[in-house]
Parts: sequence; structure tokens; C-alpha cells
Amino acid sequence: MKLVLDDVYKAFGSLQVLAGFDLTVAEHEVVCLIGPSGCGKSTVLRCIDLLDEIDSGRILLDDLDIAARGVNANDVRRRIGIVFQSFNLFPHLDVLDNVTLGPRRAHGVPRREAEDRARALLDRFGLADKADDYPNKLSGGQNQRAAIVRALMVEPEVLLLDEITSALDPELVGEVLAAIRDLAERGLTMVLATHEMGFARDVANQVCFLDGGRVLEAGPPEAVFGDPTEDRTKQFLTRVRTAGRL
Amino acid sequence: MSSKYREEGARGALIAAVSTVVVFGAFIVLVLVSPNWPRVRDQFFNPEDFRAAAPAVLRGFWLNLRMFGWAVVAIPLVALVVAVMRSLRGPAFLPVRLLAIAYTDIFRGIPVILTILVLGFGVPALDLPGLTNSALFWGVTALTLSYSAYTAEIYRSGIDAVPESQRASARALGLTQLQALRYAILPQAIRNVIPALMNLVVALLKDVALVSVLGVREAVREADIYKARTFNYTGFLVATALFLAVSIPLTRFVDWYAARDRAIRSQTSV
Repeated sequence: MKLVLDDVYKAFGSLQVLAGFDLTVAEHEVVCLIGPSGCGKSTVLRCIDLLDEIDSGRILLDDLDIAARGVNANDVRRRIGIVFQSFNLFPHLDVLDNVTLGPRRAHGVPRREAEDRARALLDRFGLADKADDYPNKLSGGQNQRAAIVRALMVEPEVLLLDEITSALDPELVGEVLAAIRDLAERGLTMVLATHEMGFARDVANQVCFLDGGRVLEAGPPEAVFGDPTEDRTKQFLTRVRTAGRL
Repeated sequence: MSSKYREEGARGALIAAVSTVVVFGAFIVLVLVSPNWPRVRDQFFNPEDFRAAAPAVLRGFWLNLRMFGWAVVAIPLVALVVAVMRSLRGPAFLPVRLLAIAYTDIFRGIPVILTILVLGFGVPALDLPGLTNSALFWGVTALTLSYSAYTAEIYRSGIDAVPESQRASARALGLTQLQALRYAILPQAIRNVIPALMNLVVALLKDVALVSVLGVREAVREADIYKARTFNYTGFLVATALFLAVSIPLTRFVDWYAARDRAIRSQTSV
């Protein structure tokens, strides 16, 4: 598996969010997208999952340009998992039904098989006793872990995580980051948009600083965080440090 | 509650009771002293005519309930199809959306009674082979078409009220548009609009009487026939009593359900 974004442009009305965006994600790599709010981190992830349509450029999953005309978006989405900032679990379904909906309906996995896999995954993420609860009975951290399980149920080739700790109370951030760390150690390919700089420094193979709709600076975390070359990166990291977030 | 409030509550109840008696009493007196009251009483409130008209009107009302029953099953289904058609996205579905929009615009724009007349007299006049001439059938069909347009709009408002992020996360799982609607969006949307739909059910119960313009012998028609035969209007009082006997409990139930739904939502909102 290899994911490549090649010269991607995306505008919302007059707002040019992505302008010549390039990114390469290798298999088993964990890539963290950092940058100020509004720099396009979330848009990159939404475009990869074809939730937003790009204006021009290519998005290659292996050798398939998934942004090209005539590509079945449903087939592409079945290979990619995404977790959102605000969980977006389905409030009318209990946790078990939430996480088995994708495999059962989009992948045709029989109920028994889907539920067995769901219970195993829920157990791994500390949610074994929450399978029959509805999302509104769960804490934010439990909701987010359930959303991660939902995305993992279809064994995605790449997992996209969109600021998944931003909506959580501070004391719940740790449990969700621990789950991601576990996935990273198991070699799952992931692209994270995140404000958790300390976490990015720990788990990322590659950190990308976004500015002006493109990757301004990229490299291993020790390089980007320790010795940034671009002024904008330095300014951003200084602000983050001042705020006590790194 | 302190005793002061309790006293005020008791005083409030007393005021309410007195004002109710005064207002309704004045109204009743006004009717009773009107010079034509004895004639009106004989023509509209005659106990003998009430008994005489009751069997036929009751039989007619049973037909009202049956027509209501058919329509109340058909409408949600037709409306759901229309609402789903209108909610589909993408250029490929444009004709489907246009069809749904045209349907709702047309049938919301025509008075129900006109739809009933046009279908009820128009279709049988065409004398097409294989199509029934039953006024009953076309009356119920007209009601269904008309009410489905309104119901579809209510569904659509419910669909639009489900956050966009729910659709995104359903599509992200690889579900198709229709699957996302069926499993993720519609269950939430329909729950949102059940109180609004139930108000429409109460309205439908009464509008079933409009089918009488086709000569279908439902309750109002039977009362009218009794009037034509005896020059006495008491049959309409029978029909009124029957409609109220069903619609008031139904309305109370709708209000109770809506209040309960609000209470549950305020508890569980996240």
C-alpha cells in the first residue's frame, strides 16, 4: 500500500484550501499533519476519503487514481478508514450495531462473523462491556474509541484520523492516544491531523507542517520539531511551545 | 411548595372555574334566548332524528375509518419513496429529483377536494381497460397522493435536520447513498418528525369525509341523505359526534406523545 497526493488543489468557494498539495505515505508509516487551524489538515483527509471532491491533481492509492472520474467511491472508501473529531457514531444504534454496520452492509460480512470480530476489537480497546450501550451513555473517550473500532472493523489499508482528541476533555485524551499508539506499533498505516504535538513527536515517522495550502516542511519528527528550517514552522512551533503544548 | 403558592394555586383554580362557567354560561344563554332556537333545536338537535339517523351514519363512519386505514398505510410509504428520491445527490439522479419536486409541487398546490374530483370523476370517464371505476378507490388514491406530498416534505425536513457529519460517516464506511439513508439517516430523520406526522394523521381522519363529493356513502354523505329525506339536520350532529369521538382521543394522544418525546430528548441530548 502506498498513498500519494500529487499537486492537489481544492477550494471552497473563494477560499483556496489546498494549493499544490503533495504528500507521500508509505506502508506502515504514521504521518502527522500539523499546522494552525484552517490550514487544510482536515480537508486533506476528507479529500483522501472522497468525502470532498478535489478540483485538480491526483490521489493515488497504490497505482489507482482514486480522484479520477469513473472510480467507484464506495469501493475506495471500503479500503480506507476515517475517524472524525466529533466521533459521529450513529445515535440510534448501540455500539455493536455501530461498528458492525459497515462490514455487514458495505462488505457483506455475515452478522455472526461481524459481531465476533467486533467483540474482539471492542475488548482490545477496553469497550467489551459497552457493546450494548448507546453512544449517549458513553464518555467522549469511549465514544472516540468506539469510532476507532468502527473504522478498523473493515481492516482498512490506511486509517485517517481527523483531530480525534480535540473534542475530548483533557483527562480523556490519554486513553484515545494510547489506542492510536497501539495501532502504530502494530504497523497500521495512518495519517493524522493533530494538535497533539507531543504525541506527534512520539509516534510519527513523518511530520508535515502545512501552510498556504501545501506541505511547507516535512521530515522525521526530530528534524521538524528540533531543527525546523522554515520561518513559518518556527513561528508556529514557538506559539505551540508558549501555549505549553509541546 | 410553600403555603403561599398553594393558596394562590387554589385561588387560580377558583378564578378559572368561575370564568369558565360565566363565559360558557353566557354563550349557552345567548343561544337559548335567540328567537329561532326552538326551530334550530328541532332541526339540528332532535333526539328522535338522532336515533333514526344513527344507524346509517354509523355505517357510513365505519367506511370513513376503513378509507382512513388504507390511506394511513399507503401515505407513509409513497411519501418515503418521494422523500428518498428527492434526497439523492449527484448529477445522475437529477431526473429523479426533478420528478419528486414536480410531484410535491403539483399535489401540494391543488386543493385536496379538487384532486378527489379530478381522479374520482376523471379516471372512470377515461374508461381505460383494467382500471377500476370505484369512486371509493379513486377517492382514497387522491387522498393518498395529496397527503403523500405533504408527508414527503415533512420527511425531507427530518432528513435535512440530521447533521451532515452523519451522512459523511455513513458514506465513509463504504455504504452507498441508499444504504446510508436507510441505515443511518432515515431512522434518525423519521424519529425527528413523528410528532409532525401524527398531526397530519388527525387532519387526514377528517379529510376522508371529502370523498363524499364522489357520492361515496360515508358518514357525512349518509347524514346528507337523511337530511334530503327528512329535512332534518340532526344526522350531521351524529357525524360530528362520531368524528369527535375518534379525533379528540387521537389529538390527546399526539400531544402526549410529542410531550413525552421532547422530555426524552432533553434528557438524552449529547
